[in-house]
Amino acid sequence: MSDNQLLEVIEKYLNGEMTKDERARFEILRNENAEINGKVSEHKHFTGLIKQYGERLELERRLNAIHDEIDVQTLEDELMIHPSFVVRMWRNHHSKISVAASIAIFAVLCTLFFTGYLNTREINYVKLSKEVHQIKNTTDQLNNKVNNLNPNGKGKNSSGKFRGTGFAISSNGFIVTNYHVIEGNDTVFVQNSSGESFKAKVVYSEPQTDIAILEIKDPSFKTFGTIPYAFKKVESDIGENVFTVGYPRDAMVLGPGFLTANTGFNGDTTQYQVSTPVDFGNSGGPLLDNRGNLIGIINAKESHVEGAAFAVKSGYLLKAIQDIPDSLKNGLNTNSKNTLASLNRVQQIKKLQNYVFMIKVNQ
Amino acid sequence: MSKESNTGIPTDSEVILGILNNSESVLKRLYVAYFPMVLQLIINNNGDGDDAKDVYQEAIIIVYNKIKTGDFELSSKLKTYIYSICRRLWLKRLSQINRYGGDIKDFQEFLTVDDETEKNNERDIQFNKMGDALKLLGEPCKTIIEDFYINNRSMKEICEEFGYTNADNAKTQKYKCLQRLKKLFFQQNKGE
Repeated sequence: MSDNQLLEVIEKYLNGEMTKDERARFEILRNENAEINGKVSEHKHFTGLIKQYGERLELERRLNAIHDEIDVQTLEDELMIHPSFVVRMWRNHHSKISVAASIAIFAVLCTLFFTGYLNTREINYVKLSKEVHQIKNTTDQLNNKVNNLNPNGKGKNSSGKFRGTGFAISSNGFIVTNYHVIEGNDTVFVQNSSGESFKAKVVYSEPQTDIAILEIKDPSFKTFGTIPYAFKKVESDIGENVFTVGYPRDAMVLGPGFLTANTGFNGDTTQYQVSTPVDFGNSGGPLLDNRGNLIGIINAKESHVEGAAFAVKSGYLLKAIQDIPDSLKNGLNTNSKNTLASLNRVQQIKKLQNYVFMIKVNQ
Repeated sequence: MSKESNTGIPTDSEVILGILNNSESVLKRLYVAYFPMVLQLIINNNGDGDDAKDVYQEAIIIVYNKIKTGDFELSSKLKTYIYSICRRLWLKRLSQINRYGGDIKDFQEFLTVDDETEKNNERDIQFNKMGDALKLLGEPCKTIIEDFYINNRSMKEICEEFGYTNADNAKTQKYKCLQRLKKLFFQQNKGE
């Protein structure tokens, strides 16, 4: 029996196409011959697999047909969990957004660079002593006129190149100003509000706190009288109403404002920041609070910021006074009695003006 | 396609009866009823519409075969069962393509259904081999085998279609084809 014939018989047997006799004979053969028995079950299994495979193909075809009727795209749109607007915006446009942001940052940096903002901020910090280049002659003329008008002729012709402000700290002729105003000089001239000039010597200076103490050494000087303001020992608070008077020009100028910070330029703790308008020449001027307590010495301002001036705290002035060698103190007694407290601003300034001086330096 | 039944989601027993009776409309209603649920699962977990179709059809086939073979016991809702199978299949596929991020957004309750998917996977491998073997077999063998063993056509019809002069020739040809198919099929098995 060839393979094909055997297969045909097996198929006949499996499909039940045999007669009773044939079937009985084949079953005997099958039982006796293990090889034929194996072939029967193998054929049965294999044709079954073909059949199942066909059914599977058919089922898949049916499912695909059903699937094709479903509008998958619409369903997808409905069922997709949409992220928030910002997230979608970022996903769809993140490259554009990145480019725009880079350009913006670049533009800002360029602008800052070309406007000089990125250079060190130190140049913004301007010492307020005044170098009188262009108006030197005018000043000289004015001084001459003032002196000439003075019938007693007490004033001396004391033209100066550098100018600042100073104020009395004791009745016997001690005056404080900024170190940077008198820097490099032993002798300066101080001029009071009525135009009288006195020669003064630098007795003590502290560059680190920008404080210098002068003593009037002039035969025509007698005494200031009692100093009306007292020196405040404790620090003042932000928001305090303060004012300064000084000589940014040839007349005394009031600068009102508020104490705006407890530290100075770049966080300098020896200074206050104040909002008083100041100009070159205000350096060394007194900073007083509403009740006439001296709380600091004006010494600088920030050049690119409006209304940001700095003042050395009065505590450092008191310390400087203590640090003056005893041999030079010469009866320096700071006043602790405040006679300005109950006065209004106009009266305070009237009293003050005799104790605030223009400092002139010949350099 | 019969129009006797209403549309909408079929009840679970309707599905079982319908599949046992080869009802095309029940199959369609079953398919349409739960596809959106599976689509939602797949497209919100790194897949697309085609992935959803593959996974969903595989699940439907598993359910279909289980019902047909009579060993389908409904221990939960059919919906939950289908969702669980799709979830299991999709997780498997995600890890195969290294897109599985370690967590999956779920939209339904689910059961553990590892056995069913494994069994189905083995059968799928056999079917794939059969498909490949049939392709390699070439014509006219492929059509003869398909017509006789799958479509249950008689040798007489096949004879006429292929123009064989007598049924014996056709039979001989059929058995040759079957022997070759077996060879191809089992060669693949050995090659594995």
